[in-house]
Amino acid sequence: MIHLEEEQLVHAYYGESDSLFKQHIEQCPDCRAAYQRLKEILDSVTGYPVPERNQAYGAEVWARLTPHLPLARPPAVWQRWWVLGPAFAALLAIAFWAGVLTEHRQAGISVTARQRVLLLAISDHLERSQILLTELSHANAEHADFSFERTTARDLLTENRLLRESALRAGDIADAGLLDELERVFLNVANGPATLSANDLEQIQQRIESEGLLFKVRITRTDAREKGQKL
Amino acid sequence: MEWTDAQAAKQASKGNQQAFRVLVERHSRAVFRLAFRMTGNEQDAEDVVQETFLRVFKQLHTFDQRAAFGTWLYRISANCALDLLRARKARNEQQTPRGDEAALHWLDHVAARDPSPERVTRSRQIAGMLEPALNRLSEVERTAFVLRHYEGFDIAQIAEALGVGAGAAKHSVFRAVQKLRRALQPAWEVGAG
Repeated sequence: MIHLEEEQLVHAYYGESDSLFKQHIEQCPDCRAAYQRLKEILDSVTGYPVPERNQAYGAEVWARLTPHLPLARPPAVWQRWWVLGPAFAALLAIAFWAGVLTEHRQAGISVTARQRVLLLAISDHLERSQILLTELSHANAEHADFSFERTTARDLLTENRLLRESALRAGDIADAGLLDELERVFLNVANGPATLSANDLEQIQQRIESEGLLFKVRITRTDAREKGQKL
Repeated sequence: MEWTDAQAAKQASKGNQQAFRVLVERHSRAVFRLAFRMTGNEQDAEDVVQETFLRVFKQLHTFDQRAAFGTWLYRISANCALDLLRARKARNEQQTPRGDEAALHWLDHVAARDPSPERVTRSRQIAGMLEPALNRLSEVERTAFVLRHYEGFDIAQIAEALGVGAGAAKHSVFRAVQKLRRALQPAWEVGAG
C-alpha cells in the first residue's frame, strides 16, 4: 500500500486534503498512527500563551497613535523646545564619547560605560529623528515653509555623522547602516530649499516609506535604550 | 448605531478620526496577539501594533470595501512583523525573546488542564523547546505557520499576506511544521521512555 507523504498529513491536519486522503488515513493503520503523532505535536503548541491585554488596551493604543496621525500634529513651538534641549545634551554626550575614543583616554572610563553612553545617545538621537521623519511623512506641499524642518535636519545631520562614526568604530555595523540611511534623508532636507515643491516632498516621503525608515528607527531606538539601560 | 468594520473603514478613509479610533480599539488586541506570536517578544509586538495602525491609516484609501477588513488588517500586521523580524536578523541581534518566566507560565497553563506527571514532563519539555524552534524558522515560515495555525488563515489568504503564490505558501506551512515537529519530537520520546 502506498502511504501518505508527511506534507499530505500536514495538509490533512489543517483540513486542506480531499476526501480520498481522509479516507486513507481512516483505513491505513500506519498513516493513522503517523497522523496521530503529528496531531499530538501540533495540538501541543496551540496553547502558546500570549500576554493578556485588557479591555482598555485599544484605548491605550489609540492614545499612543494619535500624536503620529496627520491631523494631530503637535505645535511647532513645543517641538522646538523639546527637540533642541535634548539635542544639545546629546551632542555633548557624543562629543565626550568620541573624544574618549580618539584621544585613547581609556584609563578613566570603562568599555561598558562608553558603550552605555553611545547606546543612550543613539537612542535619544533616533527619538528626535523619528519626530522629524514623522513630520515629513505627514507634511503636504501646502505646508509651504519647511525652514524649521531644514534647521532640525541640519542639527541632526551633525549629530548623525558623529554617531555613525562612533558606531562604526565600535563595530556596530547595523546601527551605522541605519544612521547612513538617515543621513541621506537629512542631507536632502538640510540642503533643500525652505520651500519644498510637491515633487521634492514626495521624493523624500517615498524614501522614508520605501526603506521603512520610521519603523527601523523605532525598533533600533527601543533596542538601544534597553541595551544601554542594562549595561 | 455601532459601525461595522466596513462602514468605519469607509468613514476613516474620508478622514474621520473617530471612525479610525473605532477600528483601532476594536482590533488592537487581536493584532497584538498575532504580533506577539510572530515576534515572540512583548515590546516588539507593541511596536508592530503601532506600526500596523499607522500603515493602515495611510493605506485606507486602497482598502477594497468588499473585502474583509480583518483579513486586510492582519495582512498588514503580518507584513509589519515580517519587516521587524528581518530588521532584527539584519542587526544580527536575535535575542531570546521569551525567557523562563514565559515558559513556566505556559507550563502552568498546560499543566492545569492535564496534570498527569507524564503530560507535565512533556509540557515542560515543549515549553523550553518551542520558542527556540520557532526562532529557527525563516521569517516567512514563521509567518505562514502563525497565520495558519493560530489565526486560521487559509492558504490563499496566507499567500496574499506573504505576497507569494499558493504553492509557495502551502510549502512554507509544511516546512514550518516539519521543522517544529523535528524540534519537538524529543519531548515525546522522553515521555514515552
